[in-house]
Amino acid sequence: MTIDPQPEAAIPAGGPSAALPAAPEGGSAGYGPWRLALKRFLRNRVAVAFLGLFVLIVVFVLAAPLWANHVAHTGPNETHTLEKLHVNGEVREVVTPEGKPIGPQLFEADGKFFLGADSRLGRDEMVRLMYGGRTSLFIGVVSGVITTFLAVVLGLLAGYYRGWVDSVIARTLDVLWSLPVLLFGIAIGVSLALGGVTIGPIHIEGGSVWVPILIISIFYTPYVARPIRGEVLSLGEKEFIEAAIAQGAGPLRVMFGEILPNLASTIIVFFALNIANNMLFEAALSFLGAGVQPPNSSWGTMITVGEELLTTQPLLAIIPGVMIMLTVLSLNIVGDGLRDALDPRSKVRLEAHAGIAEPQGTSV
Amino acid sequence: MLRFILRRLVGMVIVLFVVSILVFLIFNVIPNSPPAQRLAGKNATPVLVKSIEEEWGFDKSLPEQYVTMMKKVFTNELIQYSPRTSVEDRIVEGIPATLSLSIGAGIIWLSLGLFLGYLSAIRAGGWLDRILTGLAVAGISIPVFLLAPVLIYFLTYKLEIFPNGGYVKLTEDPWEWLTHLILPWFTLAVLSIGFYSRVLRSNMLDVMNEDYVRTARAKGLSERRVMTRHVLRNSLIPITTLFGLDFGATIAGTAIITEVLYNIEGIGLYAAESIGKLELPPIMGITLYGAFFVVFINALVDIAYAYLDPRVRLGSTAR
Repeated sequence: MTIDPQPEAAIPAGGPSAALPAAPEGGSAGYGPWRLALKRFLRNRVAVAFLGLFVLIVVFVLAAPLWANHVAHTGPNETHTLEKLHVNGEVREVVTPEGKPIGPQLFEADGKFFLGADSRLGRDEMVRLMYGGRTSLFIGVVSGVITTFLAVVLGLLAGYYRGWVDSVIARTLDVLWSLPVLLFGIAIGVSLALGGVTIGPIHIEGGSVWVPILIISIFYTPYVARPIRGEVLSLGEKEFIEAAIAQGAGPLRVMFGEILPNLASTIIVFFALNIANNMLFEAALSFLGAGVQPPNSSWGTMITVGEELLTTQPLLAIIPGVMIMLTVLSLNIVGDGLRDALDPRSKVRLEAHAGIAEPQGTSV
Repeated sequence: MLRFILRRLVGMVIVLFVVSILVFLIFNVIPNSPPAQRLAGKNATPVLVKSIEEEWGFDKSLPEQYVTMMKKVFTNELIQYSPRTSVEDRIVEGIPATLSLSIGAGIIWLSLGLFLGYLSAIRAGGWLDRILTGLAVAGISIPVFLLAPVLIYFLTYKLEIFPNGGYVKLTEDPWEWLTHLILPWFTLAVLSIGFYSRVLRSNMLDVMNEDYVRTARAKGLSERRVMTRHVLRNSLIPITTLFGLDFGATIAGTAIITEVLYNIEGIGLYAAESIGKLELPPIMGITLYGAFFVVFINALVDIAYAYLDPRVRLGSTAR
């Protein structure tokens, strides 16, 4: 039925173009690699659209104080249990005596309770959604930065020095990789809930957002460090490293001056995907009560609160879930787009790495 | 093969030891507050805290504390203090529900994932492949804590097709057991169905380029036979590994969330309730047993993989 693809045909096509990677781009031969990558990314309409969606989400959560102060006139943790709203001459209770919170008002009450109240506490759902998104994104991005930093340092050390340094780091990462992430996350979250922890000069309080950040950064480091280590190992074989060493460059110079710039595209791609995974993990931890602590909101805790009122106000549980999904989806698609744009030839190989990391990462 | 198994088992024991040390550090050493206070729970009396301190030997050296903890875990003496019940007993009680949920979901995701992936691969590039790809991407992107509320609201409250949460024992009423578990199974499986169909599809497309597939076609085998006996069988080897790893990770991960969402009285719900009440002994027990289980499954998977694919056990890079 299908005809075998002819492997011979690939050789003449790949031969000359491999020597001049920019040649197939036609008239763009004069551009630098970053400019080329940008052009390739912009040509990927889906990725650009989802980048736009992600930017919209970021703007949405950054606008939280504006909305809270000028439209809703309330804070994310302020309760309005016994208050009444005057809408079109009609009086509506924020929370009915039976404990049912008010539904979405949109602009009927001048933007107050745009999405209704969150529970019998009568907090403004829209304001909580915006501030909760700030918390979720903040945790996702900060742990992404920490994870990437740790992963790059560990990957560079392991891949450059090899030998026992590599064995120690690789084994440690393997063990960390094989642990059930969510269970250990819960364990740390709960055991730090009372009293917090002190690491050297840094003190982390029990209820602070730095507890989930710490947990996420530690447990997701292997997912980024292992592919980076692999890449450093293969880069270490290249001639330009030999040349640098022959010119008298020290280990630090070789690692950060020669190898690191070559990792840039990998790091960027993993950073985007990592933030998505971090946010899912944060949502799971917070949903179970071991992440962001009440009264503060995050999209995960909002689902927990909303779930109790699923029969009467289903949107309370569904909206934060949709926000998480949109953010994670847009980051994943942008990450894939970046990968295709930055390093089209390594597409297959990177996919294999991400493929192994994904089920454990996303199934959290 | 025997050497490989032995080496893998030794590795497993070392990891188990590291896991127990980690759990010990997380619960008893790293946090700032006194460990007895935390183990006692939220509303503990000073007398209880004092007795826990003696029971767990928190005034002794760290290695002694570690030995005390492990002794408690292995002799069924790990107890939660309010109300005073054995953690191990509660965990054992939760096993049937948790396994019913996870195994059922595993069967669904493996069979549906492989079926859809196979369809996708033999029709690669066609409209069916495109539709399935779209569905897979959608399935992978929906987190369980969005899927479950949507399913519960529409199928349970609005259409009243399924019962409202909870778990019925298989021995009590098999039909009720089934109807109570259908939604949770699918909630837990959807992500993996999407993922497995993608993995199988790309594996099969890779294998289709192998020389032995061309040989099989050249000697005149039917297309169907080439696909099932040569392409599919060889594409399934990596899937075994993936399935083992995911199955362990699911029980210790997403299954917990699913149990909470559907109110299934398994180990995950027990863990979630303990988080709410800040009860540490159950979390300690569940983390330890959960990690043991996952590490054990991973070792089994590696051995199975080595059995299926001789390159793994003979190669020097065997892990």
